[in-house]
Amino acid sequence: MNKESVIFKILKNDKGGKIVLSILAVVVFVVSVCNLFVPSDSAFYISTFTVTILGKYLAFALLALALDLVWGYLGVLSLGHGAFFALGGYAWAMYLMRQIGDRGVYGNPDLPDFMVFMNLKELPWFWYGFDNPLFAFIMVMAVPAILAFVFGWFAFKSRVTGVYLSIITQALTYALMLAFFRNDMGFGGNNGLTDFKDILGFDLSSDSTRVGLLIITFLCLSAGYLLCRFIINSRLGRVVISIRDAESRVRFLGYKVAHYKVFIFVVSAILAAIAGALYVPQVGIINPGVFSPLFSIELVIWVAIGGRGTLYGAIIGAMVVSFASTYFTSALPEVWLYALGGLFVVVTLYLPKGIVGLISQLTSRKAA
Amino acid sequence: MNFLKILLLNLLFISFSIASNFQIDSSALSTKSFKEKEQVLENLLENYKEDEKLDVLLQNMLAGDLYFIKATNELVILETKEDNNYFVKNLITDESLSAMDKNELSKVKINNKLRGVIKSGLAKINLFSKKTDKRLKAAKNILANLELEDKELLAQALQSEKNSSVRDILLESDANLKAKFSAGTEQLEAVKLLGGFLSSKSLETLNYVVSNSESEELKEVANESLKEIENSKWFYSLIETAFFGLSQGSVLLLAAIGLAITFGVMKVINMAHGELIMIGAYTTYTIQQLMPNLIEYSIIIAIPAAFIVSGIVGILIERLVIRHLYGRPLETLLATFGVSLILQQLVRSIYSPLNQEVKTPSWMSGALEVNSSLFLTYNRLYIIIFGIVVFLSVLYVMKKTSLGLKVRAVSQNRPIARAMGIKSSYIDAATFGIGSGIAGVAGVALSQLTNVGPNLGQAYIVDSFMVVVFGGVGNLWGTLIAAFSLGEINKFIEPLAGAVLAKVIILVFIILFIQKKPRGLFPQKGRDAED
Repeated sequence: MNKESVIFKILKNDKGGKIVLSILAVVVFVVSVCNLFVPSDSAFYISTFTVTILGKYLAFALLALALDLVWGYLGVLSLGHGAFFALGGYAWAMYLMRQIGDRGVYGNPDLPDFMVFMNLKELPWFWYGFDNPLFAFIMVMAVPAILAFVFGWFAFKSRVTGVYLSIITQALTYALMLAFFRNDMGFGGNNGLTDFKDILGFDLSSDSTRVGLLIITFLCLSAGYLLCRFIINSRLGRVVISIRDAESRVRFLGYKVAHYKVFIFVVSAILAAIAGALYVPQVGIINPGVFSPLFSIELVIWVAIGGRGTLYGAIIGAMVVSFASTYFTSALPEVWLYALGGLFVVVTLYLPKGIVGLISQLTSRKAA
Repeated sequence: MNFLKILLLNLLFISFSIASNFQIDSSALSTKSFKEKEQVLENLLENYKEDEKLDVLLQNMLAGDLYFIKATNELVILETKEDNNYFVKNLITDESLSAMDKNELSKVKINNKLRGVIKSGLAKINLFSKKTDKRLKAAKNILANLELEDKELLAQALQSEKNSSVRDILLESDANLKAKFSAGTEQLEAVKLLGGFLSSKSLETLNYVVSNSESEELKEVANESLKEIENSKWFYSLIETAFFGLSQGSVLLLAAIGLAITFGVMKVINMAHGELIMIGAYTTYTIQQLMPNLIEYSIIIAIPAAFIVSGIVGILIERLVIRHLYGRPLETLLATFGVSLILQQLVRSIYSPLNQEVKTPSWMSGALEVNSSLFLTYNRLYIIIFGIVVFLSVLYVMKKTSLGLKVRAVSQNRPIARAMGIKSSYIDAATFGIGSGIAGVAGVALSQLTNVGPNLGQAYIVDSFMVVVFGGVGNLWGTLIAAFSLGEINKFIEPLAGAVLAKVIILVFIILFIQKKPRGLFPQKGRDAED
């Protein structure tokens, strides 16, 4: 069986997924070509800024996808997914910091600038190994996965559900935010990690690296989408959906509910972490603000607006809301929080199935 | 009418004549002879003991700032001087006069004997004053600048002093003197006695004795006393920490108690709870802006006002949003979070994104001084009391009134409650209104402790939920105990780990705790306990 047919099989009954991924593929292709091969004075030229913004949206889309997996299919509303995203981002940012070498302001070949500034004499132990990209990439996935596993194991074993779970996930990310804001944590305090120079030997400020990152982000998003779809279509996925709909019944049938929950939670955390690692080199900074409960809850609204429990709805929601956020915060900063708050209310009250639900409602009405 | 006028005129005349007598008598100080000056001083000390001006005169005379104008013999006090230009003010009227040349003025000079007279005179008029606070201040002053000459004065004062706090300071001064300058058993006794006092002066004296004394026995006693002081200091710092914990706990209690109603009783996740607190704080601010002359009472006025404003906002939220989402807790969470964003932005638009300054009425500032190493600030003291009062009133409403009975009935079994003729939708709105109103009242209290800004509520929302969940949902007493124990734990970890880390430790602790006991410290029991 060759690769394409596997993809085809996974997407067999998934019309929405096919459409969304195809549109994104076209957009990414056009943006890349128009950035690299069109002269900058042409009307068709697309700026590197747009490339970066699009890459950021795609990273957010992967994060929303991760959240939809646990919320839409497992019924667990995590208000702390920003924490996994941020941890992945920080792990990768640590690698990028080590790549700066002696090109920092202080020119210290061993220590990043903020450590010199804090009068540290040597590298803290938890920074060891991050100059190796492979190790760093393993840590990007391992740290959030371990956190998700430990947290999920305790929470799901003791059957913490519903709102209680949501609140303690929020407390988790809040606690991490407070911790990372501390300067002596060794992660740059409230300034975070920034001033990255290059990634895997490529210059981060060059257009081609930017486009490369955009394409990699798109590929990761697609792979993440296929993975989620594959899990949901499998027998395991059916159990997961049954847990969402009737948890005790599944338990009485003899399934170990907690194990399924932990598995999905960990997979989702890893996806979120990869999204974070993709986000950092494109945005060029990560700071503890990403841990803030506000960010985590905002990404819940991405999923809700797109339409939970559809996977591709999460992608649509993340893209649409992020675009609106970028537009409003520069054009009408006063209005943005009203609009976002209003979105929360309107979507939960009148659009329980989000944009995707609205579209299918409209098309079915037309067909009838 | 005429009679009154005459009386008033007479009074005026009398007071004027007294002032002028002091003026006349004191201006005799312009003499050159030290002996005459001494007589003048004795006369003043005899006849004008309670006159505030005498105090000022003596102090400035001692400091060498007392001058007289050569032409008129008028006494003046030097404020500043620039080259030959002297800036002075009148001793009697406190009026600043225009700059004068050096030669127009003459200093009231003093010698050592006069200095002694002035010092003892100053101590006497203050230490034997009829006003307790004046005596207390004088005693503290003596303790701070202790000298061997004060010994007799102290003995005199101790004989007549009745007030215990002034007496304590006098005794401490006496013991300090004896420990430093006496010998033999008297010194030993004094050193022993010093262990019972707390001021830095006593510590200084004891350390002096330890390093300078030759007698081994004395050193040992002094070291014991030092240890004793250390122990009682440690004890008082423990009490102080416990007090901070209590005040932190009452802040948590105030923030959480409204939530204990909306979340605990109605099972509604209201993420806009923090913003209702913020609205209460802004109500306080607005009232102070509207009545700038009534700062002293503004807090009292703000309490009912904040209850009403936040309560109305709460009822609006319930009627417009939450009502449609009963039974869907996750959706309620998201929708109310949206409401919280809107309220924050609303406050930013109406006021400003910057923090506003809420003034503290004078009766709430300052501190209650228990002893020299334990101060309890009044604002924290009042907030502890206020928190408990609010808690008890909520408890009363919920347990003893017909409204409370209906609220509990609806939350336990809605269909049966309706069958009994309770209008459940009316009760829902009322309950939510009360919970929100109490959040507003909490905002009034918080406006005295923290900055009032649009983000005020966000800082408390996670904490409030932690308190309610930790104490056990639907259990008001559980909320009380949870709030105070979290406050205490926080304040006792803080010195060891720092403020931020203490908070992180507590959050992690609660996260672990909820996983072990998902229903909190005091879970609801019985049939309606299951969701």
